[in-house]
Amino acid sequence: MPAITPPPLPSDDKRWKIVNGTMRKNGFARHALIETLHTVQSSFGYLDDDAIRFVARSLRVPLSQAYGVATFYHYFSLKPPGKHTMTICTGTACYIKGNDKLVALAEKCLGIAQGQTTKDGLISLTTARCVGACGRAPVVLCDGELSGQMSGEEMVSQLEGWARG
Amino acid sequence: MNSEELEQIAETVRLENAKFDHQINVCMGTGCLSQHSDKLKDALSHAVAGQGKKCLVRRTGCMGLCAAGPLVLVDPEETLYQHVKAENAEAIAQSLGGEPVEALQCSLREHFDQQVHIVLENSGHIDPERIDDYIARDGYKALVKALTEMTPNEVIQQITESGLRGRGGGGYPTGLKWSTVAKAVGDMKYVICNGDEGDPGAFMDRSVLESDPQRVLEGMAIAANAVGASKGYVYVRAEYPLAVSRLTLCLRDARRRGLLGNGICGTQFDFDVEIRLGAGAFVCGEETALIASIEGKRGTPKPRPPYPASSGLWGRPTLINNVETFANIAPILRKGGKWFASIGSERSKGTKVFALTGKIKNTGLVEVPMGIKLREIIEVIGGGVPGGHKFKAVQTGGPSGGCIPEELLDIGVSYDALLKIGSIMGSGGMIVMDDTSCMVGVALYFMEFCMTESCGKCIPCRAGTAQMYTLLTRISNGTGTMDDLELLELLCTTVKEASLCGLGQTAPNPVLSTLKYFRHEYMEHIVHKRCPAGACVMKAAEEALA
Repeated sequence: MPAITPPPLPSDDKRWKIVNGTMRKNGFARHALIETLHTVQSSFGYLDDDAIRFVARSLRVPLSQAYGVATFYHYFSLKPPGKHTMTICTGTACYIKGNDKLVALAEKCLGIAQGQTTKDGLISLTTARCVGACGRAPVVLCDGELSGQMSGEEMVSQLEGWARG
Repeated sequence: MNSEELEQIAETVRLENAKFDHQINVCMGTGCLSQHSDKLKDALSHAVAGQGKKCLVRRTGCMGLCAAGPLVLVDPEETLYQHVKAENAEAIAQSLGGEPVEALQCSLREHFDQQVHIVLENSGHIDPERIDDYIARDGYKALVKALTEMTPNEVIQQITESGLRGRGGGGYPTGLKWSTVAKAVGDMKYVICNGDEGDPGAFMDRSVLESDPQRVLEGMAIAANAVGASKGYVYVRAEYPLAVSRLTLCLRDARRRGLLGNGICGTQFDFDVEIRLGAGAFVCGEETALIASIEGKRGTPKPRPPYPASSGLWGRPTLINNVETFANIAPILRKGGKWFASIGSERSKGTKVFALTGKIKNTGLVEVPMGIKLREIIEVIGGGVPGGHKFKAVQTGGPSGGCIPEELLDIGVSYDALLKIGSIMGSGGMIVMDDTSCMVGVALYFMEFCMTESCGKCIPCRAGTAQMYTLLTRISNGTGTMDDLELLELLCTTVKEASLCGLGQTAPNPVLSTLKYFRHEYMEHIVHKRCPAGACVMKAAEEALA
C-alpha cells in the first residue's frame, strides 16, 4: 500500500491537531469518519465545510460520503451554536409530562423556532430525542447540564439570565 | 489473572471495607447527579471526617428510584434516605450508629420487595469506577471459569439452557445466536454490544453502563471466547456522556488487570474492546444499520439474510447483543443455566429491567421477574397514578410498541403475551399515561418520531410514515374524516408488511394498538371534533379564537 500523505492542517488553530490526533489514532482508516467528525464537533462546536473537506481528504473518503454522514446523523450540527444552548428533551416521558408547552414557551420567549439561534448569536434552542433521564421528566439541558422536573417559569428565568449576560 | 488472584483482590477490598463501621452509598447516576449528588458526596465526606466517624463514603451507580433522588443508602443498616441535600450531610453523619434521620427516610418497602435484581445486583452497591469493587462482588469469576474450566461449547450450552432471550426487544434466543456465530466460518469474528438505546423514554442501558460497566465487558469477553471472536465494539449513544466516560475508565482498568488484551487469564484467548459513539440516529439500533455506522457510513439497514451472524461487520461473522443481554451472562455462568431458567415464565426466563416513567408515582428503574402482572408493576412497585387522576394506558416498546389499556393489566409480562395484545416487550421503556393524555396525540407523537427517524432507504417507511403522520395530524386537530381513518388503517398494513427493517415494520404499532383499544377516542375527534382528554387543539377552535 502506498504511503499516505495527509493534507496540511487548514490553519494553525491548535484544535486541528486534536482532530488529526483522532485520525492518527485510527490509522487514518476510512471507518474512523464518524469518530473524527465527533472530535471536530466537540472541538469546534459544529462542522463547517472546511472541516468536512479536510476530514474527507485526510481519510480518503469521497466528499459526498462525508457530507452524507454529517447530515444523516442528528447529533452533528452544520451551523455554529449560540453562546448558550437550551436543549429541550422530547422523549416520550417528557412528552407525557407536557414538554410541548416548554418548547412553545421557549420559542415565544426567544422569538425563534427550535433548531435556530437568536440573531445576536447568544442563545440556541434545540430539542433532543431523549437524554435518558426520563425519571426526572420533563428534562432540559442548559449548556449541556441536565435539569429535571423543569417548570416553564424556571426555564424562562434561565433564558432571561443568559440574555442579561 | 486466575481465580486465586481474583480472590486476593476481593479479600483486600473486604479488609479495606471492614475498617469502617459504616458505608454511605451516594447515588451518582445521571438522574441524581442532575440534582448535585456530587456536592452531596463531598459534603458527606466532610461531615463524616469532621465528626471523626469511621465511615466510607462511596460513589455508586443508579439505585433505581429516580423520583426520590438524590438517594443515599447507609450500610450495614440498609437505611435509605431520599431527596437528600448537601445541608443534610451533618445530620446523616450524626445519626450513624444511632437512630436514623426520620424526616429523610424513604419507606417504600413495597417498591423494592417485589423486585428481583440480577442485572442490577451491583447497582447502587459498588463504585462503578473501581474495578476492584466489582471483583469483590464475584466480578470476573465467570470469565475465569469460562476460560479455564469450560469449553466454548459448554458455555453456549449453559446459555441455551438458561433460556435467555435478547433483551433489546426482539427476544431472539441468545444461546441459538451464539451457536450460529460459533459455527460460522471466518478468519476474524466480532462481538458488538448494542448500547444505542434510541427508544425515547427508556434508560436501562444507560443505567447499566453507568452503574456496572464491568459486568457488560465481562459478558462480552465470555461471548467472544464462546464464539471465537477477538475484537469487540461497544456502540453507545453520544447523548450518554457519563456512560461513555465510565466505560472508557472501565476498559482501561480491565486492560491493566489483564482481563482484556492478549492471553487473558494465561490462556490463548485475546480480546479487546473499543467504544464507538452513536450520533443520534434511532435506526442504528437495528443491527445491520448499527454495523454500517461502526464502519463509518450512514446508518442504513440492509436486507437480511445474510444475517450478521454469517456476514456482519466488514463481512465477517458478528455477534450483536444488547447491553442488558450481556449483563445477564456472568450470573448465568456463575450460578448455572438451570438457576436462571427457574426464574420467570414458561417461555420468557429471568428478569427484565424496565424504565418506569410517565404519570406514575415512583418513576425510575425496576427489575422484575418475567411473568409478573403489569398491574403489580404499575400499582404496587410504581405506586399508581398520582394526583387523583385515572390510569388510562401503559405504553411499552416505544415507537415499535403499543398502548395497553386497563382491562389487560392482568396479563403477565413476557415476550409472547405482549406481542399477542399488539405491543412488544421492547428494550424496556414503560410509560404510564393517565386521563389527561390523548391516545390520538400519543399515536401522532410516535408517528412524528418514526417519520423523522426513517432513514429513507425504502419507500414504504419513508413515504408511508409521512402520509400516516399527515392523516393523524388531521384527525388530531378535528379536520379528519372517516375516509382518512380508513386510509390510515390501510397504510398501517402496507408499511408493516413492505418495510425493509424493524423500524418501518413496527412503526404502525402505536397506531394499530390505539385504534384497537381506544377507537372511541379517534371517533370523538372525527365525528364530534373534540378531544376527550382535552389535550389536542382543534383547528376550528383555533380559527375561531384567531
